[in-house]
Amino acid sequence: MGAQQTQNQSSSAAADQGTRGVVIIGGGQAGLQAAASLRSEGFTGQVTIVAEEPGLPYQRPPLSKDYLKARLTDGSDGADGSAGTSASPLPLRGEAFFAEQDIELRTGTVATSVDRQAKTVTLADGTVLGYDSLVFATGARNRELPTPGIDLPGIHGLRTLADAEQLGAALDTAKNVVVVGAGFIGLEFATAALARGCQVTVLEFAPRPMGRALTPLLGDWFAGAHRDLGIDLRLNEGIASFEAGDDGRVALAVSTTGDRYPADLVVAGVGVQPNDQLAAATGLETANGIVVDARLRTVDPDIYAIGDCAAFPCVHAGGPFRLESVQNATDQARHVAKVILGADETYEDLPWFWSTQGPFRLQMANIVRADDETVVVGDADPAHPKFSVLCFRDGILAAVESVNMPSDHLSARKILAAGLEITREEALSAGFSLRAAYKERTQPAAVV
Amino acid sequence: MPTITYHQPGGDTQVIELEKPDRIMQAALKNSVPGIVGECGGQAMCATCHVYVREEYLDALPEIGDDEEEMLEVTASERDERRSRLGCQIEVGGSGLEAIEVDVPEEQV
Ligand SMILES: Cc1cc2nc3c(=O)[nH]c(=O)nc-3n(C[C@H](O)[C@H](O)[C@H](O)COP(=O)(O)OP(=O)(O)OC[C@H]3O[C@@H](n4cnc5c(N)ncnc54)[C@H](O)[C@@H]3O)c2cc1C
Ligand code: FES
Repeated sequence: MGAQQTQNQSSSAAADQGTRGVVIIGGGQAGLQAAASLRSEGFTGQVTIVAEEPGLPYQRPPLSKDYLKARLTDGSDGADGSAGTSASPLPLRGEAFFAEQDIELRTGTVATSVDRQAKTVTLADGTVLGYDSLVFATGARNRELPTPGIDLPGIHGLRTLADAEQLGAALDTAKNVVVVGAGFIGLEFATAALARGCQVTVLEFAPRPMGRALTPLLGDWFAGAHRDLGIDLRLNEGIASFEAGDDGRVALAVSTTGDRYPADLVVAGVGVQPNDQLAAATGLETANGIVVDARLRTVDPDIYAIGDCAAFPCVHAGGPFRLESVQNATDQARHVAKVILGADETYEDLPWFWSTQGPFRLQMANIVRADDETVVVGDADPAHPKFSVLCFRDGILAAVESVNMPSDHLSARKILAAGLEITREEALSAGFSLRAAYKERTQPAAVV
Repeated sequence: MPTITYHQPGGDTQVIELEKPDRIMQAALKNSVPGIVGECGGQAMCATCHVYVREEYLDALPEIGDDEEEMLEVTASERDERRSRLGCQIEVGGSGLEAIEVDVPEEQV
């Protein structure tokens, strides 16, 4: 019924306004999925994606992982023998998809203003697009460091394909790499640089890596594990300035403790800021992201925001939250498509995330809190880790972090999504495993 | 030239010729083969690149890794003990496997 309604609206609007339908601003993970889901949910009106970056929309996660591995000139195997490391970006959808699904993709241009009365979006190239529904999927941009010397050649961020291409090439010759920020991207890059034979120093202002996202226990574990790999991880130490060498390129990173680190390549990974400026200029509320309700709708009932740019009431975080993950981008996109087509459901999907850092595959189910009680299950020896950190609130399992334990991660996701209760006592009992606990809870009762 | 043949549940078939070695998932995304999602970008983390490998190619496949094994337990369409694999873990061309045919499952998410 919802679909029918929207269709009627869009066809009557089309009569007097030319092209109407859904306009999506942003051609990233969230924007693409929203367009795809509108079609798979049966929407037949016009769907337009406005995408700032040129070329086919691509996946970001490989940019700080596979994409940085050494490549042979034919683009095949990496030097480490891993299969199929191809030098080309991984598209979110192939070219034919857009024609087949009748999705208009306008790349290499930005949306510059929105007129909510006229329900139009104006693009940098002068095009004016009418909409019935507008979706902000504008993502985030790297936070800029105010550090003296930050503009020197040789200092990079890592967010886009263009960034990754520059870094991949720089790693061919780099010797001394300094990474500012021990977050996910910083550490993924650090392990990639290490594998390419570089000397790697990581400066982190906080007392532990990935501090905002992990339990202190796992943060401390990673600090040790990365040092064991050979990364010079400096905690409680920020960046003070960069200095140039004779060639005018960055040569030295000076930290807040006054220590000086040689650097011919620097990556700054100190977090991101949501792209919410256009929404703010449109008169929509922003507070660390575009503020939306539990249906992912802004105060304007025809305008939505999803993915990295959206601050939404997160039931799992217990308040307004902004999440930077593929899961959040794609699940919110699927949800917004249904809401646009008339569904009246709140978004409550369980957050999950992964990061690959050298030999460590980190996976998280749900958001951890600093005061969670923890139980470690498995083998946490950094030489061959395979373990999970179980987080309990009021004695009940609430989140799980796993290292090289995808079965724990998946079981945790299912347990948490289904609202099954695992107690701390149970987890402490000998031989406990999440997978077994899940199977036990969901198997039909034995016939007596 | 190495080839990957994708058979769709509805009977459609797409044959992709590879200019250089590539994995089943990656080649599918690059060539707009429907039914393969590859949400995690090939990290064996999402199981949305599940495929059923046709019988005659099973012997030539690399072993199933631990990560792949665990992911195969949670595919959206039912796992086939013999034929189910993750498309992101199988490379075609250059590694002894020059051609493969796979059936794309009904569901991936
Ligand atoms: C290097 C890297 C590695 C990552 N690894 C992981 C990982 O391992 N696991 C994980 O879960 N997540 C990972 N992420 C995070 C994940 O990629 C993001 O959360 C996800 O891409 C968010 O999707 P999005 O669509 O909200 O934003 P984006 O993918 O950033 O897309 C937004 C797009 O909108 C465009 N845009 C902005 N403003 C406008 C405008 N006015 N007009 C037109 N276009 C505009 C931007 O240019 C951008 O291309 C990684 C991110 C990066 C950068
Ligand atoms: S692409 Fe995610 S498991 Fe293969």
